[in-house]
Amino acid sequence: MSAEATDMPKVAADGPPPVLAVSEARKSFGAVHALNGASLAVHAGEIVALLGDNGAGKSTLIKAMTGVHRLDSGQLTVDGEEVVFHSPADSRRRGIETVFQDLAVFDNLPARANFFVGRERVAPSWLGRLGFLREREMTREWQRYVDDLEVVIPDPDQPLGVMSGGQRQAIAVARAAAFADRVLILDEPTAALGVRESGQVLELVKRLPARGIGVILISHNLEHVARVADRAVVLRRGRIVGEAVPTAENHELLVSLIVGAQYA
Amino acid sequence: MSEVADQPRRATRVERTPLNTILAAVRAGPLFILVALIIAMAILSPYFLTERNLQNLGAQTSIIAALAIGQLLVIIVRGIDISVGSTIALTGVIGVQIGMTDWGSSGFVVIVAMLLVGLAVGTVNATLIVKGRLLQPLIVTVATLGIVRGLALVISDGTTQSGLPSAVVWVGNAFVGPIPASVVVVGLAALAMFVFLTRTQWGRWFYAVGGNPEGASRLGVSSNRVVMSAYMICGVTAALAGLIVAGRTDAGSPSAGSLMELDSIVAVVIGGASLAGGRGTVGNVIAGALILGVIRNGLDLQGVDPFWQNVAIGTIVLLALELDVLRRVLEERVRARSGGGR
Repeated sequence: MSAEATDMPKVAADGPPPVLAVSEARKSFGAVHALNGASLAVHAGEIVALLGDNGAGKSTLIKAMTGVHRLDSGQLTVDGEEVVFHSPADSRRRGIETVFQDLAVFDNLPARANFFVGRERVAPSWLGRLGFLREREMTREWQRYVDDLEVVIPDPDQPLGVMSGGQRQAIAVARAAAFADRVLILDEPTAALGVRESGQVLELVKRLPARGIGVILISHNLEHVARVADRAVVLRRGRIVGEAVPTAENHELLVSLIVGAQYA
Repeated sequence: MSEVADQPRRATRVERTPLNTILAAVRAGPLFILVALIIAMAILSPYFLTERNLQNLGAQTSIIAALAIGQLLVIIVRGIDISVGSTIALTGVIGVQIGMTDWGSSGFVVIVAMLLVGLAVGTVNATLIVKGRLLQPLIVTVATLGIVRGLALVISDGTTQSGLPSAVVWVGNAFVGPIPASVVVVGLAALAMFVFLTRTQWGRWFYAVGGNPEGASRLGVSSNRVVMSAYMICGVTAALAGLIVAGRTDAGSPSAGSLMELDSIVAVVIGGASLAGGRGTVGNVIAGALILGVIRNGLDLQGVDPFWQNVAIGTIVLLALELDVLRRVLEERVRARSGGGR
């Protein structure tokens, strides 16, 4: 078996530093140690799957990496340079975007308007938030992104509420991808979707590394992970317990790492 | 235009299914109701379409419309403002008080002061609901409805007093060509509101906050400030309604505007806005206000007992709510189709 279970994530010794990395992360909520020295690194152009059972600390780790939580101890680096994120806005400014499980989409707004919420293109600048929406510019930009990512939205002027779950999730992922310069974190992007719709979203995820960004994919579905991820990192009780290339042969190894069973 | 060549192509052809057509018709429902009512009233009474009657109808409707465009903003962000009727009374009463001071001869000063009264009431509502974390705008504004009405009674000593500068009386009574000045003023306000809601970033954020407040915050929209601005603008439009009411009668009455808060909500709901938030347009709300006005005016012309007007308006509200249910059912169908197909 080629897979190896290591305590530390693999970091290329000579290549460029990871776009986003956390090392020796510790975080407690009262008596609960959510993170016990977990380390995770993602490089540009790769998809890392973060696996783990419920309560393993996946969400806490992601929130710590995006400024939602402050770490009790540990180091966070962007492109090898140490950073401290005080809020999610800090991490967004560094080109790190997150798509959360409960997606932040707006059923009452057209698909295209959804894409730009909070970042609408406006003019003139002296009007600030009262500036006029530059619909034509946004339409062009939107078209570039959806063509790029091959997202098919039949009528972007229709409210998102009339679209399928897959299309809604695709909009959420594409929006985050469009604005992520460094890292895109996807929290269970296929959890609520049917087989066909999951397929659409996974195809989209697969195309993301070509944009030169790193992707962290949280998922419970090992089959989905196997389809898109370059490597899978397993979190258990707040620390990384192993890493493997998610192939069919390694399926059993990963499952045993996740549940904590002895693996001979 | 040179940009036409750059115009992005559609990813796929948009289907014009019968379902989409019906959905579009249902979404334009208020307009159909309005046209049907106008035709019915015109057939029933030859007097309905006369210039004199339409002027009358316009002047009456302008007050409801002014209230309703502000109420729309609040309802889009999932709120409701019951205090607007009382604001009408307070602006009139304070307008008369200022009219009696040294500045009273200046129409500009009095008009600005009256609008500021509305802004003040709106700011109090906004502060209580957002900063005070009183998450039930219905109860909060019922309370301020009582407080504001009480203040109007205290200030006026419970009596109607007259004496407003000519500019205020002009807004209430004058004509611009054949059109009542109040219709012109409220029309301009509605146009400004339309541009604000559909063309500016802050306006777009009203719909974002109404659709998904938490999601909007997560994407960098200042949800709290958007909600606060809704109540503040609603206060100002209520003051505009108060200005028209006071101008029409050249008086400030502490009982003016009673129950008009309900008219404003009814106009917004007939106009297809959802009390669940995130939905509603200025055009449809104006149509909603006109529907109210046409029903009252038309039934008056028929000599129908005014009590029956309430029954008619109630029925239209229920019809509007059913249309909203139908819209949701149709949208569900469209979604099922887009999920299953392709």
